Amino acid sequence: MNPQTRERLNKILGRIPLHVVIIILCLLWILPTLGLLVTSFRPVQDVNESGWWTVLSERGGNVAYETYCASCHGPAGDALPAADLSDPEFISQYRRSIQISATFNNEYDGEIHIPEDQRPNADELATILTALREGAEGEARPRFWLQNYIDVLAGYRGRLTYAADCEAGNIIPGQRECDFLTDATVSQAAMGRAFINTVIVSVPATLIPIFFAAFAAFAFSWLDFKGRQALFAILVGLQIVPLQMALIPIFRLYVDVGLNGTFLGVWLFHTGFGLPYAIYLTRNFLGSLPMEIFESVYLDGASAWTAFTRLALPLSIPAIASLGIFQFLWVWNDLLVALVFLGGTNPVMTYQIGNMVTSLGAGWHLLTAAAFLSFLVPMIVFFGLQRYFVRGLLGGAIKG
Amino acid sequence: MAALRRKKKPKTKRTVPLIMRQGTVTPWLFVIPALIIIFIYIAYPTLYTGYLSLRNSDSSEWATAACREGETCWGVFENYRYALTSDVMLKSFRNNILWLVIMVPGVTAMGLLFAVLVDRVRYEALAKALIFMPMAISFVGAGVIWGFVYDFPVNPDNPNAPIIGILNAALVSLGQKPVPWLSSPPLINNLALIVVGIWLYTGFGMTILSAAIKGVPDELLEAARIDGASEWMVFWRIMVPLILPTITVVLTTMTIFTLKLFDIIYVMTGGNFDSNVVAVRMYQEMYINFEAGRSAAIAVVLLILIIPVLIYNIRRFQEQEAIR
Repeated sequence: MNPQTRERLNKILGRIPLHVVIIILCLLWILPTLGLLVTSFRPVQDVNESGWWTVLSERGGNVAYETYCASCHGPAGDALPAADLSDPEFISQYRRSIQISATFNNEYDGEIHIPEDQRPNADELATILTALREGAEGEARPRFWLQNYIDVLAGYRGRLTYAADCEAGNIIPGQRECDFLTDATVSQAAMGRAFINTVIVSVPATLIPIFFAAFAAFAFSWLDFKGRQALFAILVGLQIVPLQMALIPIFRLYVDVGLNGTFLGVWLFHTGFGLPYAIYLTRNFLGSLPMEIFESVYLDGASAWTAFTRLALPLSIPAIASLGIFQFLWVWNDLLVALVFLGGTNPVMTYQIGNMVTSLGAGWHLLTAAAFLSFLVPMIVFFGLQRYFVRGLLGGAIKG
Repeated sequence: MAALRRKKKPKTKRTVPLIMRQGTVTPWLFVIPALIIIFIYIAYPTLYTGYLSLRNSDSSEWATAACREGETCWGVFENYRYALTSDVMLKSFRNNILWLVIMVPGVTAMGLLFAVLVDRVRYEALAKALIFMPMAISFVGAGVIWGFVYDFPVNPDNPNAPIIGILNAALVSLGQKPVPWLSSPPLINNLALIVVGIWLYTGFGMTILSAAIKGVPDELLEAARIDGASEWMVFWRIMVPLILPTITVVLTTMTIFTLKLFDIIYVMTGGNFDSNVVAVRMYQEMYINFEAGRSAAIAVVLLILIIPVLIYNIRRFQEQEAIR
């Protein structure tokens, strides 16, 4: 080995610990989210019976069957014709696992069914019965399904699945009509409806502040008026005023003028608290443009209005993009404002998920699906427009 | 660090470029709509909340009305007696301090660690995206994610109860007993919640610090290395002093975030098991106990806590403007 190769090899080997540390940290960081994602696609029984990390290993019921039953009944359950475990009719005699444990002391061909020290415990027996039932009926539960998403979209909170309950004809008038589109858009607990509400809240609550901020930012950067610097310094300070300060007064104001529970009320609230940051970010960008380009349009006889619409606005698109992403994610993910001003009248997704966690005790299979549903749009925005997101973060202070 | 010290303002008045003189009315037409909205939603409510904090629970009388003979009373500031001295509030303050003491340095340190580490590898963009991803999702969603990580079996006495929370599963596989992470006050559950906060915000610290690190001239680091400085010394003696202003930004921003923290606690514990914080308490006073006065007083306390950072931000802004 010549010295050069050795040196390169040493360099690569020396960097291995660095890679290991980075990769371990990254894995740790995404592990919780991965668990959520996997769980949201697992059937409810699996979620409650085993950890999500075991999703690719053999199911508990099958493992227990192998341990306790396969030696006599055979791997497929049909080794003993007198007790054919693959026969649906035979299996249907055993509706509860306790009925199976009742047979353990029975003698078959002079031998006890299962000697006392080799018996499965109650939990294992239950999983064995489930596995047998599914095996016999030939419709083994899939490892992954979409039922959790269908359930949360339709606002289903029952013990089975939305599809199963509807197939059985369990319609609850006013709560479950079993027409998916109707249920998803009307039902009080439906994430479908909440998704639509979140979009209705987020889009205008992003566009309105940007609109007003663009005007103000132009004036703060390229127009002169009395108290310009002082006013702007105040805006810088206002960026971090906690919105808790405004909750009670605005809530009372809204009750008086009938804006409580309306989308307009929330749009305006987000506009109010989004504006200082929006103006700040846009002004910093506009102010960094070279003066010459403005000189030239004014020389051509343009008014301030033309300079704004024809020059400043088109040039500040990158800043507006960053700002838009920020404001959009902020509003989309907000809980407090939606909780106070919309509540259950027009529930958004964060509100619904919060409700599922705190009051109704919905199972993890539903919670994880609901949470992931609320991540869809932010994830797309984030991974698609990461560049602008980071730029916005670096371009200004932080809103409150 | 001399640049950070405030310079005296130049005596001559700053001249405004001619093109900025577009009449006295036009500029106001551009700013007034935004200013009106800001006034209605931030300025007026702030003053009004200040006033409400001196009124009683339904704002019908001065707070003095809540005083009872023979008991301590702060008169018109009675709500502040509650906000500053009651048991519930003192516990909330204690928790907020715990959050501040652990989460603010935690996020900064983790952010710096990631920024320095990923700066040296080719898959920097991917690693950064993974760390940063939690910033894009809602706190409520993060609450669900971590609630699942911390899951504790409903009937822990049953030895065969399946353990589906990964953290407790790890403990059990090490031969330990599962821990009810979110209902073990006051240290374990608060720490468990703070971990969620650090997980969420490290991406933020990393992004800002990473940009600052890339701004440090390579020649400077190389020169030090050639002079025989170890990586450790290069980091502490050259890198850290140079990016100190950025570190301060992360520290102050995180301080504000931490003080205003609401969603994580509201969703994960609802403030139960001694895990309450000031912002959640403020919400509960208003919408659960219907104590508008107390709620307003807590909001004012929150604002007062934030004012030093607010002034610092304005100063920093004015310094930057002076350099421009």
